This record gives sequence, structure tokens and C-alpha cells, in this order.
Amino acid sequence: MKKIVVLLLLLLAAGTVLFAQGAQEAEAADDAFKVAFVYIGPPGDLGWTYMHDQGRLEMEQNLGDKVQTTYIESVEEGPDSARIMGQYAAQGYDMIFATSFGYMDYMLETAMDYSDTLFEHCSGYKTNDNMATYFGRMYQPRYLSGMVAGAMTETDVIGFVAAFPIPEVVRGINAFTLGAQAMNPDVQVRVVWTYTWYDPVKEREAAIALLDAGADILAQHQDTTEPPKAAKERGKLSVGYDADMRKFVGDSVLVSPVWNWGPYYTETIESAMNGTWEPHQFWGGLAENTVKLSDFSPLVPQDVQDAVLAKHDEIVSGAWDVFTGPIYDQKGTVIVPKGSVMSDGDKLGMAFFVKGVVGSVD
Amino acid sequence: MRLVLEKRESRSRKVLLFVPIISFGVSLLLGAIVLAASGANPLKTYIYMARGAFGSWSGFTETLVKAIPLTLTGLGVSIAFRLRFWNIGAEGQFIWGAIGTSWVMIFWNFLPVQLLLPIGLLMGMITGAIWAGIPAIMKAGWGVDETLTTLMMNYIAILFAEYLYYGPWRDPEGFGFPGTRPFPREAWLPRIAGRAHWGLLIALIAALLLWFVLYRTKWGFEIKMIGLNKRAARVQGVNISRNIVLVLLVSGALSGLAGATEVTAIQHRLMKGIDMGYGFTAIIIAWMAQLNPIAVVFVAVVMGGILVGGDQIQMMMGLPASMGLVLQGLLLFPLLAGTIFSDYRLKAVVQEEVV
Repeated sequence: MKKIVVLLLLLLAAGTVLFAQGAQEAEAADDAFKVAFVYIGPPGDLGWTYMHDQGRLEMEQNLGDKVQTTYIESVEEGPDSARIMGQYAAQGYDMIFATSFGYMDYMLETAMDYSDTLFEHCSGYKTNDNMATYFGRMYQPRYLSGMVAGAMTETDVIGFVAAFPIPEVVRGINAFTLGAQAMNPDVQVRVVWTYTWYDPVKEREAAIALLDAGADILAQHQDTTEPPKAAKERGKLSVGYDADMRKFVGDSVLVSPVWNWGPYYTETIESAMNGTWEPHQFWGGLAENTVKLSDFSPLVPQDVQDAVLAKHDEIVSGAWDVFTGPIYDQKGTVIVPKGSVMSDGDKLGMAFFVKGVVGSVD
Repeated sequence: MRLVLEKRESRSRKVLLFVPIISFGVSLLLGAIVLAASGANPLKTYIYMARGAFGSWSGFTETLVKAIPLTLTGLGVSIAFRLRFWNIGAEGQFIWGAIGTSWVMIFWNFLPVQLLLPIGLLMGMITGAIWAGIPAIMKAGWGVDETLTTLMMNYIAILFAEYLYYGPWRDPEGFGFPGTRPFPREAWLPRIAGRAHWGLLIALIAALLLWFVLYRTKWGFEIKMIGLNKRAARVQGVNISRNIVLVLLVSGALSGLAGATEVTAIQHRLMKGIDMGYGFTAIIIAWMAQLNPIAVVFVAVVMGGILVGGDQIQMMMGLPASMGLVLQGLLLFPLLAGTIFSDYRLKAVVQEEVV
């Protein structure tokens, strides 16, 4: 018995010496400002997490050696996330970003325990002395992408693969639908909920269900390129999300509303390093360059592109808002009267679908 | 010469102790190969994992956070396995415990707030027990195979919990995000250190009680008898059907209690992320502990350590998240496979050559 134990230990030791070169380990220099990112998916999702990671890398480029960053991927939106954030704080990280809604309560709990660490939560609404929120007005480019889809659908049915019935997603679907209706009043947007941000299999299943229901263009509020891929395999079109998915899927992706986190990450981390950081609730739009509309696919006709770009400029200049009345709910009740604009508070708590959406917010 | 497995006549204490230790060694070795292949230093990784789980006070409290539900569900599974009743439904019973407790916490506001916690925990045990009792009655009454019923009922429980927190129980002030409203702060199960909570004491008491019942009472002896030889037990006048149902009620109550402590101490509401797989890990724990309640506690702590230490694979070694899962699987496999050597021994048989 003893011999076996000794043998195993020897083998283990030998293996260790043989392969002792090690992976990229994260032992930081002490003088750098240490920042940790908690991701919901892997950066290889080519969507949501990919864009956050691009933002992190751009920020690193901008700030150079003064900042040292790390990330952890595929952290569930559950109690384990509090442990992860707590561990980063205990390891001396100065600032922690968490990039999904479901981390909110766990981040708040951790922020209260580690008052010397700064916390920033993407897409939530709870703050603390050392915890801020940040997000983007994705509904602006979503409206623009809806214009493209509305102009190009032939069946007048657009499918929308959507994650959770929460205001962020509902707002996006409504903006997209309003944009589509601006180009094509008869258009219908059908919604399927997947109840997951990141699940290639479920996203694909939902996409196929929508194609079967007659949709000839798919849009999404999901983190992977599966819906556009499913559409492409059927010879159908799609509108991407998060990243310019045309790069990964092809020209069947007409356009993508995309995130652009680099400027915000650079700015807020710089302010934390200078000591000017204060709790805030950042909600940047096209004007702040937090969200963008990607380049168009060559399949999009020039006149549609021109109409979209004109609207783009109206939004950036502040001359016009996506949620300008009249806006009706699914029953036809007026929610925003003609001539008035929905308040930011109402936008953030949006829990109804506009007329033309087929689906339920529950 | 060839190797054959031969049944051991008796399971010596030495074998019971050594087999898991050697299996653990094999696990580490297998893991080391995979780590080395992906360019990480295995020894360093293991040291980081051990340090992450046990090396600091905050890490250790997090290990305990995992060990509490793992102990309770591990106890629940092992008592059922003693009867050779393959209850693989601890996950569902855990979730029903969470549902029962949440029901009291959210809707029984006619009670004084101090009573919510004890009654909530009790309700969690009851709902967990009922969820285990259904397959027990089906087995005792009609001989319905319990592996299927308990497994399938897990998914019913998971989906029902989802229905509740996406639907009728959803927090009206939660901006539509799935989850019930938080329990009243006064009714939370208090924490001892970090996030480690008084469920620790509950789990330890449960383990001691179960040990006493199994090894020191007539009922424990009956359970053992049924597990060893059902027919002999029946001849001795042991009521098998009644015992199946009773044992499974206890089994479900323990897993239910795990869910109850988890929602009252950690989540403070019923929400997405409640099905964390503790009930499935409990099956592994029960086997590794050889169904011994005291051993369950220690195995649960080790397993909690592996789960918590796994964070370090990403955080310190910079390996992808999937590597953590691969490594955890690799660590478990030999441990389970090793249990065969507790009952069997490897023997070399020299074949006579036929001229």
C-alpha cells in the first residue's frame, strides 16, 4: 500500500517538474491599479461578453501600465458570484465590474462588506457609496436596426429571440418594432423567450421556431451568433446584436446594434485612479458613443441606409427620441400621447409591449 | 497471467480508509496530466486551489457555505441508499424545501416575524419530505422503480420553482427580473462568519442524530437489515413498505432542510440560481462516505473545498472556466471508481498452460 502512495507522489512530482512553465498567472505588480471583470459568458461568445472584453482591452491600451486587469468568465447569476467578487476584493483588487443584471444583489452585498473597493454593475439599478451602475441606451441603435428589418421583410413577420422579460429587453424589442413600423406599418414582431442570456442550443431552437412561424428576418437579444446562423442556414436574413455579427456570420446579417465599452471603461477607471470617482448611474447613448450601429451589409439598399443614417443623426443631435408619442400598447391604449416623450424613468421600468409585437411580457 | 476482481470476504477498516486516499491520489494525478497538457503547472494549481478553499479565513467560510447544503443533502441521500432505495431526487427535494420556506416567508405575514424562521424551516422540511414521500409510496405500494420517479421529479421541481418566480411569485418591485421579493430581514437565518451561517450547526446536529438513529436504535437496525437482505428482514417481521416511506420522509426532510437554510441564509429570496446541483453532488458524497453520516460531514467539506478552490483555476492560473469543470469531473471519477475496490480485490491469476 505504502509503495503505491510513494509511487503516485513521485509521479506527481515528476509531472510537475516536467511541465513547470505555467500558464499566464495573475500575480500583479503592487503599484498598478487592479481591476477585475466578472463575465456572464466566455469572451469567445462573439457577443455580449466579447464586447465587454474588447472594452477592457481598449481601456488597457489607453491607460497602459498604470492599470492591470483580469477577468473571470462564465460566472452564474447566483450566490457563487458573491464569493467570486469577495475573493477579488480580498485579493486587493481596487475595482470590480460585473456585467450582468443578475449579479446586482450579490454585488451590493459584497460592496457593503468591502468598503475600500469600488464596484460597478452593468444594467442594474442599485447603488452604494462604493457601487455605481452603468449601461447604454441600446434602444437607440435598436430602433435603427428595426428600420432596416422593417424595410426588408417580405413576409411582414420578423422574429425576435429574446432572453428575459425584463425592462432592458422589452425596451429593446419595443424600439426595434417602432423602427420597423416606421418603414412598414404592417410589420409584426414575434417574440420567443429563452430565459437565458447565453445558451447556443436554446437560442438556436427559438430561432428555428420563429423561422417555422414565417419570420424571414430574425433579431435577437441574446449573446451568441446562433440565431443569425440558423437564419442563414435557411436562406433568411437577420439583425445581429452586441457585436457586428456580420463579421462572424456573413452578409445575411443586415446590420447590428453594438456595444462600445472602451470609452466608458477608460473614463470611469481613470476617475477612480484620480480619486474623483463618485457613485453614479451612467446611461450612455449614441451621442456618448457607448452604443453604435454597425456598418450595413451590402444587401441593404442605399435608400434604406440613407433613411437610417438620417434618423441616426436626429437621435445623436437630441432633436428626436425613439419613444416619442403616439405610442400604443398591444391593446391599442395610448401610453405616450402624440407630441410628448417618455421619461427616462418610464423607459427604465418598461413592462409593456407596443402595438405590433406578438408575444407577452410575462 | 490475468487480473480478476474477487469479492472481498469482509471490508476491513484499513481498506475502507486506504481506497479513498489512493483514489484521491489517482484523481490528482489525472488532473495533473490535463493541467500540464494545457500549459499550467499542476502543483501550483493544486496549491492555489487548496489555498483558495482552506488557506484563508474568508475562503474557508465559503467552503463551509457549500459544505452545509452538501452535508444535509448527503445525509438525506445516504439514509435512503441504506435501504437500497436509489433516491436520486435530492435536488428536487432541496428545491421543494426552498419553495416551502419561501411560501412561509413571503405569504405568512400574519405571523409575528420572529416565528417566520422556525416555521419556515419546518415547512421546508415538510415540503421536501412530501416530495420524497411520493416516489416512496409509489415504490412501497406498487413497486414503481424509484430511480426514474425520483430523477424525473427533480425536473418537475426545478420547473415549478421557475414557474413561481417567473410568474405568480415574481417581485412586483423587481423590474420584471425573475425572483420573489426578499424575505423580511428579521427572518433571515443569521450568519456566523463571512457567509457561513447557523445551518452549519443544524447540519452537524442532523449528522449526529442520524448516526445515533442508525447505529444505536432498533429502527436503525431494521433499516440495516432491509438494506442487507430484504427477504430475511420480512421473515423477521420487519414492515418493509412502512420503513421505505418513513425513511424517505426523513431523507426528503433533510434535503428540504438544505434548501430551506440556503434560501433563508444565502439568497434571502427564491430566485434564479436555486438549482445549484447540490442534490446531485450529494449522491457522490453519500457513496464516498460509504453512507456513514459522520463521514458525510467530512466528505462534504472536502467537496465544498473542491468547488470553492475551483475558482482559482480561472482567477490565478488564467485557465478557461471549462477547465475548472473538467478538473472537478476528473477529481470525482476515480473517487467513485475506487469504491469498487472496497468490495472487491484485484487478484492475479496464473493460467496453467495447456500442452
